[in-house]
Amino acid sequence: MTVAPGRRARRRRESTPASIPAVRRGDALDVAGLPSYGFGTRSLMWWGTAGMSTIETMGFVLMIVVYFDLKSRSLVWPNEGHAPDLFWGTVNLALALLSVVPNIFADQAAKDHDVRKVRLWMIAFVVFGLALLGVRYLEFEHLNVRWDASAYGSAVWVLFGLHTFNLITNYLDSVVVAAVMFKEPIDGKRLVDVAENSGYWWFIVLSWIPIYAVIYWGPRF
Amino acid sequence: MSAGSLSGLGSVASTQALRERARAIVGRGETMLDGAGFGSQAERALQQAWRDEPGLLGFLKTTDHKRIGRRFVCTAFVFFVAAGILAAVMRMQLAFPDNHIVGPDLYNQLFTMHGTTMMFIFAVPIMQGMAVYLVPLLVGTRNTAFPRMTACAYWLFLFGALSLWTGFALNAGADAGWFAYVPLAGPQYGVGKREDIWNNLINLSEAMGLMVAVDLLTVILKMRAPGMSLRRMPIFVWASLVTSLMIIFAMPSVMLAANLAQFDRTFGTHFFNPAEGGDVLIWQHLFWFFGHPEVYFIFLPGLAFVSSIIPTFARRPMFGHDAVVLSLIATGFLSFGLWVHHMFATNLPEVGKGFFTAMSLTIAIPTAVQIFCWIATLWTGRINLRTPLLFVLGFFFILVLGGLTGIMVGSVPFDLQVHDSYFVVAHLHYVLLGGAVFPLFGAFFYWFPKFTGRMLDEHLGRWQFWLFFVGFNVAFFPMHLLGLAGMPRRIYTYGAETGWGTLNLVATIGAAVIALSVLLFIVNVVHAWFKGPRADDNPWNASSLEWATPSPPPAFNFVALPVVASREPLWTREEDEPTHVSGLSAQTREGLVTTVLDAVPDVRYSYPDPSIWPFIAAITVVVWLFWSNMTETGMFYGLIPPAIAFVAWYWPTRKETVEQLLLERKP
Amino acid sequence: MIGGVHDVQMPGGAQAQAIVGLWHWLLPICVLVFVAVMIALGLALWRAPRASNDTAPDIASLSKREPKVTRVVIVAVAVSTLLLLVLLAVSVMTDRALAQLPLENALHIELTGYQWWWEARYDDPDPSRMFTTANELHVPVGRPVIVTLVGADVIHSFWVPSLAGKKDLIPGRDTTVSFRADRAGVYRGQCAEFCGYQHAKMALFVIADAPDDYARWADRQRAPAAEPSSDEARRGRDLFLARSCAMCHAINGTSAQARHAPDLTHVASRMTLGAGALENTSSNREAWILDPQQFKPGTNMPPQNIAPQDLAALSAYLASLQ
Repeated sequence: MTVAPGRRARRRRESTPASIPAVRRGDALDVAGLPSYGFGTRSLMWWGTAGMSTIETMGFVLMIVVYFDLKSRSLVWPNEGHAPDLFWGTVNLALALLSVVPNIFADQAAKDHDVRKVRLWMIAFVVFGLALLGVRYLEFEHLNVRWDASAYGSAVWVLFGLHTFNLITNYLDSVVVAAVMFKEPIDGKRLVDVAENSGYWWFIVLSWIPIYAVIYWGPRF
Repeated sequence: MSAGSLSGLGSVASTQALRERARAIVGRGETMLDGAGFGSQAERALQQAWRDEPGLLGFLKTTDHKRIGRRFVCTAFVFFVAAGILAAVMRMQLAFPDNHIVGPDLYNQLFTMHGTTMMFIFAVPIMQGMAVYLVPLLVGTRNTAFPRMTACAYWLFLFGALSLWTGFALNAGADAGWFAYVPLAGPQYGVGKREDIWNNLINLSEAMGLMVAVDLLTVILKMRAPGMSLRRMPIFVWASLVTSLMIIFAMPSVMLAANLAQFDRTFGTHFFNPAEGGDVLIWQHLFWFFGHPEVYFIFLPGLAFVSSIIPTFARRPMFGHDAVVLSLIATGFLSFGLWVHHMFATNLPEVGKGFFTAMSLTIAIPTAVQIFCWIATLWTGRINLRTPLLFVLGFFFILVLGGLTGIMVGSVPFDLQVHDSYFVVAHLHYVLLGGAVFPLFGAFFYWFPKFTGRMLDEHLGRWQFWLFFVGFNVAFFPMHLLGLAGMPRRIYTYGAETGWGTLNLVATIGAAVIALSVLLFIVNVVHAWFKGPRADDNPWNASSLEWATPSPPPAFNFVALPVVASREPLWTREEDEPTHVSGLSAQTREGLVTTVLDAVPDVRYSYPDPSIWPFIAAITVVVWLFWSNMTETGMFYGLIPPAIAFVAWYWPTRKETVEQLLLERKP
Repeated sequence: MIGGVHDVQMPGGAQAQAIVGLWHWLLPICVLVFVAVMIALGLALWRAPRASNDTAPDIASLSKREPKVTRVVIVAVAVSTLLLLVLLAVSVMTDRALAQLPLENALHIELTGYQWWWEARYDDPDPSRMFTTANELHVPVGRPVIVTLVGADVIHSFWVPSLAGKKDLIPGRDTTVSFRADRAGVYRGQCAEFCGYQHAKMALFVIADAPDDYARWADRQRAPAAEPSSDEARRGRDLFLARSCAMCHAINGTSAQARHAPDLTHVASRMTLGAGALENTSSNREAWILDPQQFKPGTNMPPQNIAPQDLAALSAYLASLQ
């Protein structure tokens, strides 16, 4: 997918030298021509992010296991309290799924080295994210149980809270990454950070789907 | 040429002008590139680029993996000695029936602090610390991948350990066992701040473990020397890789458990309260799902020390190198399928328990493979019986014995007798001291020259070894018999009519001998630090890359990153293969990222500069934790300082951006 | 002297016996493997030539295979695996033997674990024949016993090594353990899951009696407290009911029916006080009442401010509770 680059972007691409693979020079392997940054698995940040995502996934998985263990030991579920209202949760699910759109565009713009587009889509994402956070707050209000009312309440609040914590930290991450894109001069490493940030956002959205299912539909079955 | 040439770019405003200025400098040949040997201009440039600020500020800001790794090792060792002193007090109390040296409250704190410190503050951190120091050297690179994160991890670890021990000093020491079972550790029966501090320690030490694991994982997979394919990777690096992966999957379990317990204590949740639908046993599942792999976080690096020492002192490559690597991987996998063997006495279904017996016996097989490969290596080698190998021999005796009692307790019916008795105390100390501490001392003797540039004394080393070996067996072998004689764990005293007195006294004498041996080690270290004979690059004539650089290594590890063409790089000379990398900048902190499988050079990487923010971020996180123990709002407002610290940590400085642009080539 | 057998290797009943059978497989096989590995290691060290730091390394194995050594290692691993399978099979068989203890005509006891004592309620289809005691069980030889384990506060564990493997008492998760004593005698057990301050002094005695002796004991336990025969003992009973004793302890046949502490209806018939902390003698009972904390610091019973003659009367009363 090619997008017509702006003038500054074009000049940037031309003025940054292209890379060449390692070259044998006698006893030495010369790497001066290698790129100074890379996207995807070529970037160390990708691996760090993958590690963090795995850690958090384990946290979610184990918390879901805790939820179902407690459920299996109760005759009635929720053992005290009511199921959360479906409305805001489902709205949030829809918003979350939609939020990948500005993310995908920001990611692609980063790989195209199109700084202007990156800035645009990151701002769009930050604004969108605010809506997500707002709806998340409303979801909390409509959980219909206190965390100290019963094991059910405790499990719902912590599962919900774990994901919300990740949501907030990732959102703040995105705000910072977006802000840095406005701080001249821009080096290639920041574009990689944008791409990695959007990758991490996928994790937030995809992990929400099973958690949404457990929180909102768990008590209904 | 010094890095001063880059500071001239500081005043230029626009990107374009910056580029032109940078190109002019490069064109004048002022940017020094590496590739030359020591004593060259490149070496001086590297020294300048990689040096830390002097004094306290440099100490706090460093990102040098060697300084950070040493910190981990030294701090963990100090706590090893402290926890050992607690054990000595316990042994004095138990030496005679109805003894009155220590009352029940203090005794309960003693064994809890001993276990918690040994497992969370000594064993796992010291292994990770050794890896942080050794792995970049072993794979032939300049630093770990995320050095600031590892620096932060150290401070989290230190503050966690200090907070636990401060609590102990103030009579608020954790006292519900190192495993903190609920309901004893819960809000109703775990009165006061004791278990709150314990839960915080878990959060901090496990956060540390996870951060270091992600860092090690990344450096191992992505920053190896060109030519170091996975098959050519040293066994210790494989062990660090497997351990790091295991940590990523297992540590979240105990962090979750500790946080759920803390929520029960602080916010009135009911996870472990049966009266409101909670389940006491979930704690055990979550704890042991972590806890069993945890002993392998400690054991696998120990095995890898053995695999590093034996080839050097048998003067041949490891027999069955691939089999040993596969065994490490298999052990890592299997270790996740054993956790219920800590819960055989609970009311879980019997059929399920049988499965865990089968798994517990199965995990002995990869260990057996390694043992036979080691013996084969020794059998077909030529033996240089120096102190590192001596400790490895001690490891054989003690670990094999411990592993066999492990097979015994892996069987459900037998475990139902000896679970929670002194038989298990004997077993766990045989496998942990045998499988980890003996190899660790061997590793200390082996790598002390590399860490410090001096040799430890062989004579003192032998004395230490024999005292430790004899003292250990005298202390712990009788405990098998005590367990069979019905003595449970975690009791502060026992009556004379039980007949447990004699063996307990013997065990206490053994403990005293162990203490003496550790003292000898400390004397050896202190003496060698100041007066030990100087070591050259490769005093043991070993084959791996850490011995290809001076002892101790300069901050940048290698003037020119090595290129490897075999599994034993220092023992082989491949004609017609490149020997080193050139073309990386010597005036900035630059390293090389390679591909995962075959380590083909891929991308150049600029390491982050030293920074004070990891230290500050760690402080803000600790404050947040303790604040959230006290109030609900603390949990929210306390997040603001860490948020600021992490943003400042990430925020790119002008110098970093300019350096990036100077060297920039797009992919 | 407080006695009791408490040794895994001295079984007094079917379950413990089955486990000893397993031990008789585990121990020899493990010793064999240990000795074999040590011999192999010793031989390797003994026959290999010596080297120094400067001895050139032998890197032939980097390019050449080592078939003979490989074969030996494979065989060693195969033998180890085989032995593990044997041990697994024996373990499974022992599991089955334990599960197949015949349970007809079993005696039912509900054992509740408290910090730091045991409450035992002997169940019976006829509720009037149920009775409660503490810290000491009597069981008939040759008859299976099914113990329901209830955790009242924290996790405890029921472990009588000469009779059976242990089982945890977990709050919210009641479970059972079954055993059968095949030899008469006193069997000592102790709580085997760390449960707080006085985990160390939470012993449990299981006394296996011949069936007739057991029946006599059970009948006596069912009976309410004997009417005190002396004036002093009667005064002692009045003191018991008037002071705080009755707030925690029950004595059947009187108005004291609290269940926060061990049932004292037949306290004088027991071997020990304080779950094995003290031998149960008259003077020990008095010392305990005055200050239980000196024998079992942290126990829930507070010291008693009581005049010597009152203590003597109380003691006389308690002595009558056979």
